[in-house]
Amino acid sequence: MAIQLKMPALSPTMEEGTVAKWFVKEGDEVVSGDILAEIETDKATMEFEAVDEGVITKILVAAGTDEVAVGTVIAEMAGEDEEADTGEEAGSEADDKGAAPKQAAESEPKEDSTPEIMQAAPPAPVSRAADPSVPEGTSMASLSVREALRDAMAEEMRKDENVFVMGEEVAEYQGAYKVTQGLLEEFGAKRVIDTPITEHGFAGIGAGAAMGGLKPVVEFMTFNFAMQAIDQIINSAAKTNYMSGGQMRCPIVFRGPNGAASRVGAQHSQNYGPWYASVPGLIVIAPYDAADAKGLLKAAIQSPDPVVFLENELLYGRSFDVPELEDYTLPIGKARIIREGNDVTIVSYSIGVGLALEAADSLAGEGIEAEVIDLRTLRPLDTETVLKSLAKTNRMVVAEEGWPTCSIASEIIALCMEQGFDDLDAPVTRVTNEDVPLPYAANLEKAALIDSARIIEAVKKVCYK
Amino acid sequence: MAKAPRKTAPAKKPAPSKRAPAKAKPVVHSTGGLKAPIYSASKDEMLEFYEQMLLIRRFEEKAGQLYGLGLIGGFCHLYIGQEAVVTGLQSAINPGKDSVITGYRDHGHMLACGIDPNIVMAELTGRASGISKGKGGSMHMFSVEHGFYGGHGIVGAQVSLGTGLAFAHKYKEDGGVCLAYFGDGASNQGQVYESFNMAELWQLPVIFVIENNQYAMGTSVNRSSAEDQLYRRGESFRIPGVQVDGMDVLAVRGAVEEVLKDVRGGGGPVLMELKTYRYRGHSMSDPAKYRSRDEVQDVREKSDPIERLKAALLKKGVKEEDLKALDKKVRKTVLEAADFAEESPEPELSELYTNVLVEQY
Repeated sequence: MAIQLKMPALSPTMEEGTVAKWFVKEGDEVVSGDILAEIETDKATMEFEAVDEGVITKILVAAGTDEVAVGTVIAEMAGEDEEADTGEEAGSEADDKGAAPKQAAESEPKEDSTPEIMQAAPPAPVSRAADPSVPEGTSMASLSVREALRDAMAEEMRKDENVFVMGEEVAEYQGAYKVTQGLLEEFGAKRVIDTPITEHGFAGIGAGAAMGGLKPVVEFMTFNFAMQAIDQIINSAAKTNYMSGGQMRCPIVFRGPNGAASRVGAQHSQNYGPWYASVPGLIVIAPYDAADAKGLLKAAIQSPDPVVFLENELLYGRSFDVPELEDYTLPIGKARIIREGNDVTIVSYSIGVGLALEAADSLAGEGIEAEVIDLRTLRPLDTETVLKSLAKTNRMVVAEEGWPTCSIASEIIALCMEQGFDDLDAPVTRVTNEDVPLPYAANLEKAALIDSARIIEAVKKVCYK
Repeated sequence: MAKAPRKTAPAKKPAPSKRAPAKAKPVVHSTGGLKAPIYSASKDEMLEFYEQMLLIRRFEEKAGQLYGLGLIGGFCHLYIGQEAVVTGLQSAINPGKDSVITGYRDHGHMLACGIDPNIVMAELTGRASGISKGKGGSMHMFSVEHGFYGGHGIVGAQVSLGTGLAFAHKYKEDGGVCLAYFGDGASNQGQVYESFNMAELWQLPVIFVIENNQYAMGTSVNRSSAEDQLYRRGESFRIPGVQVDGMDVLAVRGAVEEVLKDVRGGGGPVLMELKTYRYRGHSMSDPAKYRSRDEVQDVREKSDPIERLKAALLKKGVKEEDLKALDKKVRKTVLEAADFAEESPEPELSELYTNVLVEQY
């Protein structure tokens, strides 16, 4: 029976990649462990090995082909005891020996073959309000969030000798998520520093270096690991300026991916936004798109205060328009109305903004015009923008990829109760993840995470529709 | 002096490393047994050390009194008994160039950094004229101007921070060295070893100073430490350690001279264990039931750092009345500091909201 070789996923979040090179040709005999091809994404390169013994019968995707979806059949081979030409059996249900056996045996994966990815990273919406901080007529470049973050660091490092980057795999490996790609080459090992796996220690060393007059950017491979270092972030970095009566500062940026990734389970999937946002003395930023990632990371590095900068792994590969402006820096503490509407306000941040926009586009088709606010900074919170929008729409839903209890949503609801009560025509509602540790099983994970359908449902509820 | 009993089990002794060290340490080699070279001080230097130690002692005694009167609140950790450590070490460094960081038992370090006793005492009483405007308290005081980076309340945190200060010295190539002080208690914290590893890996100019006062709050070193010879704690990171009699200011100075030569010369970190003793409880609220009065008394009688230097000064021909005059001068300074701290107004209520962030957003 023919064996299909399918485009493998190099990571839980990979959707497509490049078949960079074939090391075999049609007719070659291979044994298990032989390297067949080299697969690339913007994040990583991996050698693709044979699992079975047999003869390569067909190479279906040529070397150098981009945007090959995970699960696509890229080659076929015949097993040991059969003739080479058995192509008509391709697509057999019994095929469970392929390189990516979890994928359905189809030459093109259906849209829903990666449901958790699709729901977490919706396509860019059509109706968007222009960012008032970008002058009209500015030319735009399409950049991934990953590239935007890298550019922000590189620009600040060019400007200020005291800015340096430190963390696990940030230098020679080019970043665990490739966010620091190319920095070592440009700035050298003095300013792009690989640390041992030692979060508590290097968070403290970073904070100490900041107290000593430098401007460190400390990358955590993910914020889940920053739990080891949270004492240094809060007790050392956040409180020093206050405890010293303003004479000792700690201008540091702690950055890295935050929130649920994809299928990585409970210990690697958590949103720390509410944790850090509860601490006076910290700035907490959680951008959604690439323009904000760039403009706000630059602002964070320039800030004399300690900043926790929460990125999202699922957004790293998404591309957005970024203004081609010199030194594009955004103000900290300012939310943005990313979609205008009169009927209801949806407040969100980070990856939730994409879901909120998706929900808003869908609601527009049903005659409900939602205004979407991207908080961008979680501390200090732009309460003015939130309350102004509430005064306009009189209804609000808070959408947050995180737990409901003691969340940013809780904070927004309290704000509306205390300062916007007279503007409310319905109770403010929160749409969040389920109140459980994030499960691994695909169906349970999907059930635990916020999605646009839940936002739509909540919006209809507060609109009494 | 009442030393904690040393472990004698020979099986615990590690075999000498067969590998040559990665980088030769030209001056400092791991040594135990308190065999530091004694610094040959001039009479004037000895008098300076004497006055410095006396200032710390009298200041701390006064702080203890003010605490008893309710003028100082919260936690207050006194340095009495340990004066020779900070006096000897600070006398050897360059205040404009080097940096100093310690834990919460920090009053002595501030005085040894040359910070005005008035504003230190006023911080203890929580007044507007305190060095942190009354917002830090005993455990959280800083003076960037004097190269004093705190004053940190979390046991062990200052070791990573101090390693970071050393990182900044190296990065800026300013020739500075960081003295990171911590206690025998902090020497069991994980981040201390994370910092050792990176300090040696990156050859940072840092001196890890363990002030071994024998008790981590109420737990003696040998009840908490598998290796109670703390100068050896850097061995698996190839950090040489020296053990010094921390009750002898001249031994402390002598040892640090050697260590500084090495660290300033780019030899990477060195660990110093200063064997010392605190006479008072861990903090003001500690009844010190974990040790006998006799033990404390024995150290005071046989090893007191101030009495020891006094004897040496008398031997050098300094007159008793000159030392008395010094004591009088110091008492006056401390009394003035106490008056200043008591008379200064409390911070304005508006100060509650200042210095949370540097910038307005």
